[in-house]
Amino acid sequence: MDILSLLLVFPVITALGILVAKKDKVVRWTALSGSIVQLFLAIGITAYYVSLRNAGETGQMLLESSYEWFAPLQIYFSAAVDGISLVMILMTAMVVVAGILVSWKIGKQVKEFFFLILLLSLSAYGFFISTNLFVMFFFLELAVIPKYLLIGVWGSGRKDYSAMKLALMLMFGSALVFIGILGLFYFTGAQTWDFQEIAKMHIPIETQRILYILLFTGFGVFTAMFPFHTWAPDGHSSAPTAASMFLAGISMKLGGYGCLRVATYLLPDAAQELSWIFIITASIAIIYGAFATMMQKDLKYMNAYSSVSHCGFVILGIAMLTKAAVTGAVMQMVSHGIMTALFFASIGMIYDRAHTRQADELGGMLKQMPFIGSAFIISGLCSLGLPGFSGFVSEMTVFVGSWERTGVFYRVATILACASIVVTAVYILRAVGFAIWGTVTNKEYLKFKDATWSERSAAVLLTLGILIIGLAPFLFIHLIDADTTSIVSRFIAVVGK
Amino acid sequence: MNSYDLSALLIVILPALSFLVLGLFGNRLSNRVSGLIGCASLVTTAILAIYVAAGYFFDFGLVGGVHEKHIALQFQWLKFTENLSIDLGIVLDPISVMMLLVITIVSSMVHIYSLGYMKGEEYFERYYAYLSLFSFSMLGLVIAVNIFQMYIFWELVGVSSFLLIGFYFTKPSAIAAAKKAFIVTRFADLGFLIGILMLSYNTKSLDFFTIIERLTQVGSPYLANFTATSFMGMSALSWALLLVFMGGAGKSAMFPLHIWLPDAMEGPTPVSALIHAATMVVAGVFLVARLFPVFAISAPDALLIIAYIGAFTALFAALIACTQTDIKRVLAYSTISQIAYMMFGLGVAGWGAENSEGFTGSMFHLFTHAFFKALLFLGAGAVIHAVHSNEMKDMGGLRKSLPITHITFLIACLAIAGVPGLSGFFSKEAILAAAFHSHPTIFYVGLFTSGLTAYYMFRLYFRIFWHNPVPEHSHNHEGHTWAMNIPLIILAVGAALAGWIPFGSFVSADGKAMELPFHLTFSIAPVAFGLIGIGIAYLLYAKKNDVPDKIASSINAFYKASYNKFYIDEIYLFITKKVLFNLVGRPAAWFDRTVVNGLFINGSAEATVATSRAIKPMQSGRLQSYTMFFLGGVLLLAALLIIKFM
Repeated sequence: MDILSLLLVFPVITALGILVAKKDKVVRWTALSGSIVQLFLAIGITAYYVSLRNAGETGQMLLESSYEWFAPLQIYFSAAVDGISLVMILMTAMVVVAGILVSWKIGKQVKEFFFLILLLSLSAYGFFISTNLFVMFFFLELAVIPKYLLIGVWGSGRKDYSAMKLALMLMFGSALVFIGILGLFYFTGAQTWDFQEIAKMHIPIETQRILYILLFTGFGVFTAMFPFHTWAPDGHSSAPTAASMFLAGISMKLGGYGCLRVATYLLPDAAQELSWIFIITASIAIIYGAFATMMQKDLKYMNAYSSVSHCGFVILGIAMLTKAAVTGAVMQMVSHGIMTALFFASIGMIYDRAHTRQADELGGMLKQMPFIGSAFIISGLCSLGLPGFSGFVSEMTVFVGSWERTGVFYRVATILACASIVVTAVYILRAVGFAIWGTVTNKEYLKFKDATWSERSAAVLLTLGILIIGLAPFLFIHLIDADTTSIVSRFIAVVGK
Repeated sequence: MNSYDLSALLIVILPALSFLVLGLFGNRLSNRVSGLIGCASLVTTAILAIYVAAGYFFDFGLVGGVHEKHIALQFQWLKFTENLSIDLGIVLDPISVMMLLVITIVSSMVHIYSLGYMKGEEYFERYYAYLSLFSFSMLGLVIAVNIFQMYIFWELVGVSSFLLIGFYFTKPSAIAAAKKAFIVTRFADLGFLIGILMLSYNTKSLDFFTIIERLTQVGSPYLANFTATSFMGMSALSWALLLVFMGGAGKSAMFPLHIWLPDAMEGPTPVSALIHAATMVVAGVFLVARLFPVFAISAPDALLIIAYIGAFTALFAALIACTQTDIKRVLAYSTISQIAYMMFGLGVAGWGAENSEGFTGSMFHLFTHAFFKALLFLGAGAVIHAVHSNEMKDMGGLRKSLPITHITFLIACLAIAGVPGLSGFFSKEAILAAAFHSHPTIFYVGLFTSGLTAYYMFRLYFRIFWHNPVPEHSHNHEGHTWAMNIPLIILAVGAALAGWIPFGSFVSADGKAMELPFHLTFSIAPVAFGLIGIGIAYLLYAKKNDVPDKIASSINAFYKASYNKFYIDEIYLFITKKVLFNLVGRPAAWFDRTVVNGLFINGSAEATVATSRAIKPMQSGRLQSYTMFFLGGVLLLAALLIIKFM
């Protein structure tokens, strides 16, 4: 048994364990211990990967393995990782543990809930380790169904509408992706789904153009790219806390990863020619998303719109095609994944107690619940790009990378993106001022208890993640440096440098 | 790593450690222990800073009679590209060492003072944690080797200021002030960030000293490229530097970005003394000083703009200070005005030994101002502590009940008014002399402002300590302890004597010792203006009388404008509330819900439903209609075939 398959085997075992468990308590502990084992496994694989690299392994992706699934159609379950997929896996493992911890008090259909969470995490792991486009697509699709159920069954508010909207929009995205990968399969002449093989092919530019637009847009829907972002605010606001964390933390990153690894990496010529389209959509998403966020009163809507704005940095970094920008995009994916999970977790903790998420109906949370209030402030400060937290290093890397592109168009896009840091500060501080600082407005709130042990552990875990990247970005860069270099080496001709 | 380098490193690390300890475990420690941890770490850094400063100025920094820069530590933290990386490190050069002294001394005084001032306050340990965080960030800022390192600590300084202004976080006015401070400076930092991007792109470096070298050497290709493009009559380099200065103007509260500072007085008074008087607000001056060679050699046009902004702000803020009635606000506007002095001091300076006295004067004023302004704030804190009010109308005749506060406050007032012999006299003189030599207009503005300064400071002094006692406060005695008095006394010694330091032999633009020129004849005008200001203040405020009110009503329009801070806040409020929120934010949110989501997404969903409704009747289940469709289809095909093959 090879080591990467373990990443899929553990969630399956955990999910099966959940199915056979009788008591809710056993279900919770099984889910938690399974996900913690998974986190350590991810750390272990990363350590092993680093040791291989240090030993001089130069292959583009390591730890390769391949199993036949449906040979006549060239569908193999092939897995391999590089630094980029590893950081995504680490981030996923962290968010899963935290998500399970904050869902500790879920009372309804516990078994089904945790089963779906595990299934969702399984599909994310599968997506990040696959090198076969078909299997990748399979996992991408697999991730949609649990989201639909999680929102539809455990959600709140207009959950039916939101769940349906989310599922349909994501399905629309994956339809585009599917046409795109079919195109890669047939028109490249390679008749293979393996993206490392396809990368070696010379694909005619006419084909590339069509496929690039299809694939980038398709994956872009998952990243809530403007104008396909509207599933995010509704979906997030209706989803239960853990599902919001997964949606914003993990699912949106499936899209970003796909934009980078499939659309941009495999179709470099089209990317050079057409990435300006996505620079425009990303700039709009960043600044317009930020302004739209400013007007939100519901904390979850606020964070959802803010995610649209922040994921704009991911798209912008990928579309700018310089090494620093792409590195920044990868960092931003991980950083936003953890940060937004913490944000949703703390909003969820407040909502569980107050049963409202309207900023102006809250107030005095810091005084009443110092821990939860502080967690909210920390995620807010990370969101507005405070140095020391992960948001700063990733945003700055995107900015510096984007500035490498000369020309008025790129400069304007970069300046717009930079300008969003001011708007971000406005909405974050407004939320902190209304909901967290101030005095308790409602007598009911005086009865609130601060975070439980599980909520505390979740917040501490995610804060650690934010801090590690924010304080020691060199570790992160070290892990992905070679991979971003090899990706951007495909664009050197146009971008220069 | 020698002992100096190690000490320099410890200076930065100790406050960080104390922040960590107090932040993580503070709620388990008693107030006493938390306070002691904070004070011990800061007093230690102050001692280390004195040690490093002595070493730098007299020993290892002095190479052949010139103060050379010394990199004590440097490592790569975040690599962007082959050339661009954020390096963290410690540079010791005249201005950074001078700043280390100022920050650690004032900060340790404020730490000690707070033991008394904040006694019994809720969240005492959190207060000390934030103070330590601030000290750490400010120290990291001044020792930055890399422009991005400075930006990092710049932001950290901003957030610790935010947290401290909002320390009384249940008070709406404190929340608003904290938000305002952060957002205004954030807006300014946007300029700083874009300036950094421009500088780094054009010099292929983020390292301060590489940037300076590449932009000042004659014939440098980087310089030639950078100045080749111009926009509105100024080179790209000048624009980049002005953008960087925008960040500095935000932190240093230059017009029109000054609006956050008076509101920042919502924070505890010792915080105002440390952050909003002595240290953080001079960060902008420090930034310009750090890049001074580039300004002076390659972008004198940008430097001139700074000089004019500085001169205008100095006068503008002094005018407002004359009419404010909240004593902390008077001090806040006075701070703005004094920092503006430093700013135009830099602005009027040029490169070369004979032109750069403005630079040294500005740094000198920064140094002396830290002492007397911190002292003024701490004194004001003691007054507020005694009368429980910020308003002048609740004060009067306090010289008997608060003797130590009275004497130290008087020393500080004399120093800031530029009375000969006290510290402010020497430094202000140097700036005015520099201005007189290069930009007479600015000199006259500065001269007039110095008269105003003396007037409003002594208005404050006479109003608090003389005037008619307010009955309910006549029995207040100096209830505060040694913890509050000792810092007052130490700072008063500094405020009185700091001017006698031969500052030019330590700090100069090029590291060579210089003599600050001193002409007795030149001093006559500023001193006379100062004394006239004091005299008018004495006549109007030493005793209760109705002259001030009469004067106020005779110049009513002007008085009101000044009292209302020339309505700058209202203009901002209009722009943010009316324009940004109502004309940008609201339409964006509306557009998203109605057009993107409503028309585009829900619209396509509804279109799908409508289409399916429309074609649903075809699936009626009736055999007859299916037969009809079938026959119709056959006929159509037949018709097509016939047309095709006929």
